[in-house]
Amino acid sequence: MTALRHGKYPFILVFLLPPVGIYALYMLSPYVQAIHISMTDWSGLTATQTFIGFDNYVEMWNDDQLRTALRNNLILLVVVPVLTLLLGLFFASMLNVGGRSRGAAVAGVRGSSIYKVVYFFPQVLPHAIVAIVFAYVFAPSNAGGILNNVLEAIGLGGLTQLWLAEPKYLIWIVVLVMTWAFVGFYVVLFSAAMQSIPLDIYEAALLDGSSRLTTFRKVTLPLVWDTVQVGWVYMAIQAMDGFAIVHIMLGVNGGVQGSGDVLGVAIYRAAFAQSDFGYAAAIGVLMLVLTMTIVLLFMRILRREKVELA
Amino acid sequence: MSSSTERTIPRMPTNRRTFLQRMAVAGVALGPGGVFLASCATSEGADEDEGEAEEEPQGEVSEDNPFGVPDGEPLEIFIFDGGFGDEYATEIHQPIFSEKWPDVQINHNAAVDIGAELQARFVAGDPPDFINNSGDGAMDTGQLASDGQLYDLTELFDAPSWDDPDTPVRDILIPGTIEIGTRDGKPQVLNYAFTVFGLWYNKTLLDENGWPVPTTWQEMMDVCADIKAFGIAPWVYQGVTAPSYMNWPLLVMAAKLAGPEILLAVDNLEEGAWGHEAIRESAAAIRSLAENDYFLPGVEGMEFRDAQGLWARGEAVFCPSGSWLENEEADAIAENPTFEMTMMPEPLLSENSVMPLETVRATAGEPYIIPADAANPRAAMEYMRAMLSVEGARGFTEAVTSLTSVAEANEGVEFEAPGLSSAQAALTAAGDNVINWLYSTWYPTMESPGIDQATATLLRADITVDEWVQQCEAAAAEIRNDDSITKQTREA
Repeated sequence: MTALRHGKYPFILVFLLPPVGIYALYMLSPYVQAIHISMTDWSGLTATQTFIGFDNYVEMWNDDQLRTALRNNLILLVVVPVLTLLLGLFFASMLNVGGRSRGAAVAGVRGSSIYKVVYFFPQVLPHAIVAIVFAYVFAPSNAGGILNNVLEAIGLGGLTQLWLAEPKYLIWIVVLVMTWAFVGFYVVLFSAAMQSIPLDIYEAALLDGSSRLTTFRKVTLPLVWDTVQVGWVYMAIQAMDGFAIVHIMLGVNGGVQGSGDVLGVAIYRAAFAQSDFGYAAAIGVLMLVLTMTIVLLFMRILRREKVELA
Repeated sequence: MSSSTERTIPRMPTNRRTFLQRMAVAGVALGPGGVFLASCATSEGADEDEGEAEEEPQGEVSEDNPFGVPDGEPLEIFIFDGGFGDEYATEIHQPIFSEKWPDVQINHNAAVDIGAELQARFVAGDPPDFINNSGDGAMDTGQLASDGQLYDLTELFDAPSWDDPDTPVRDILIPGTIEIGTRDGKPQVLNYAFTVFGLWYNKTLLDENGWPVPTTWQEMMDVCADIKAFGIAPWVYQGVTAPSYMNWPLLVMAAKLAGPEILLAVDNLEEGAWGHEAIRESAAAIRSLAENDYFLPGVEGMEFRDAQGLWARGEAVFCPSGSWLENEEADAIAENPTFEMTMMPEPLLSENSVMPLETVRATAGEPYIIPADAANPRAAMEYMRAMLSVEGARGFTEAVTSLTSVAEANEGVEFEAPGLSSAQAALTAAGDNVINWLYSTWYPTMESPGIDQATATLLRADITVDEWVQQCEAAAAEIRNDDSITKQTREA
């Protein structure tokens, strides 16, 4: 007992130093290096670079294209999590507690086991494929555009647009595609959370004559709130990215007039099209700061009294 | 603990918390140490280079061995495995080289993403000897040059050619080939393939309907009216992917009207270059295609392969492109055995043009480089010299259906591909009237997104010619005012 107590720290350190070391090597050190690179004019091709202080950050401040990218990331950050989480919660509750039939107090809607699989399909597809598929969904009708052809087939030909050629639609198309791609995962996540809610709570609510909506608001939501919170933070981080979808669907310049640009693509462009790793790293640092701020804010805002089940 | 009857559980979180705090401290303490341990992304190669003054291995220079290739030293080669594949290297060029240098072992590598494979090796100061720096993942040649990462190829171009010791390599190349690979006055890139640019038309449709091949812009507009009345689109371009392809006919028509000097001004980033009267007139002509709805409907929202595919399937008649188009759309072309594509030079804007109708834009492309830090640059230059032999160049042409920069190798070659033979004929007809511009090679970001976005808007007739000129001038000014970009200039 006392022996263990005395030898505790060396013992624990032996186990923890290697992972901390690996974490420092592969996670912390790249961050520190990126901050260093962001203050240089490194082209990414040489062994040497010149220190230029905050020049890259000044350039960022004056970069209109970067503002577009930042604005788009903020749109993604606000809209995608809200849409995804609302849809995810709705689908998950329909699958798990939405049904009211066949004697059971709590059940999913009819065919929920099939829907569960269907909702998860997009999650199985790599983003690269999602982006290519949606480039064809929004293509002009004579180039095989699915959306326009469907609109024409159902007599709504007046609504067809050259979706990917209109700067004003681009970011909203990205919002839609990201939501589509992510929602399945959250359905599964929330389903798991909902299944851990004890049935007797639902039965009690049912006996008290609670409606489905009230049950959702007063029972389901508070009991899965922890999961929602985790999902929200995770979602926000994903929304700060969006690189694969934008790069593949809209191209390296962020689509027509660059209006579908996001920070991830701007980093890629600076690094690999303009051979300006210094500037790319500076945008990366901006993204790091933004992501950290957002995560902290979300954690703070979403903190609620925790409901214990037992 | 076992003797105690008190529950000790409430104490646990505190313990855990203090422990985690200590962990955090350890993490912070380790952080900077970790950085030390980590091989930094940026600075590893620097110390190495300072230590050893790199001696490149060199054998004895002789008439037969102009570069002094060291016998027995290996040669490491990277070929971009894209449209041309890499078999032309292993099946044609390497046998030619190895016949002369049986003891030089060739380490052949093919890569789809050249930058991803090699960027880190450049940083570490350990690049391969010979690189076909091409494809989407290619490293920016201009940046490599201004970082001093490229080997000076002056010796190569001054050396006797493979086939004839009395003719130096520079004299067997099509004029302009060395120029396009020259940065800061030093030739640093060998551009090997040769591309002819022009308007590609659906000859089958023209013949069937008795539409003439337009030689002036007025004739072009007349023929477009007929084609539109027939029910298909007169023109197509590369959609959202690359509207800048339309700059090619635009600039060529302007140069034909006012002479090649206007392209010089554009390349040298002269203020007002894009506002030249001839460029305005040409831009207005291109804009009139949009005003009259002569573009394929929806083309502004299409991927380039979709747009070109519709052209090859007879939905449109004219398409601007380079001589790779036939290869690129081989699948769509194969669907219809009667389809025949032909290249025509861009029509004249006025009868009082400075340059003749036959003038074409053509340029050497497909860059090959030798890194300055290469272990065996002498052998790499010898490999280039072997590529530039008539046998090597002709073999390349036959293997990948593309002309090369070796003038003699292009003569008398019969192509089965009708499109490429029409391009070859157009090049012959042009004689000395071959033009090109370099700004898009020198300053890739000026071309895209810069000019590319301006032209995209012009092609929808959303902006006036004046606004387009302003946007192009702004794109040029951005490069001109950016001190971090090394400027290039050229003379007539």
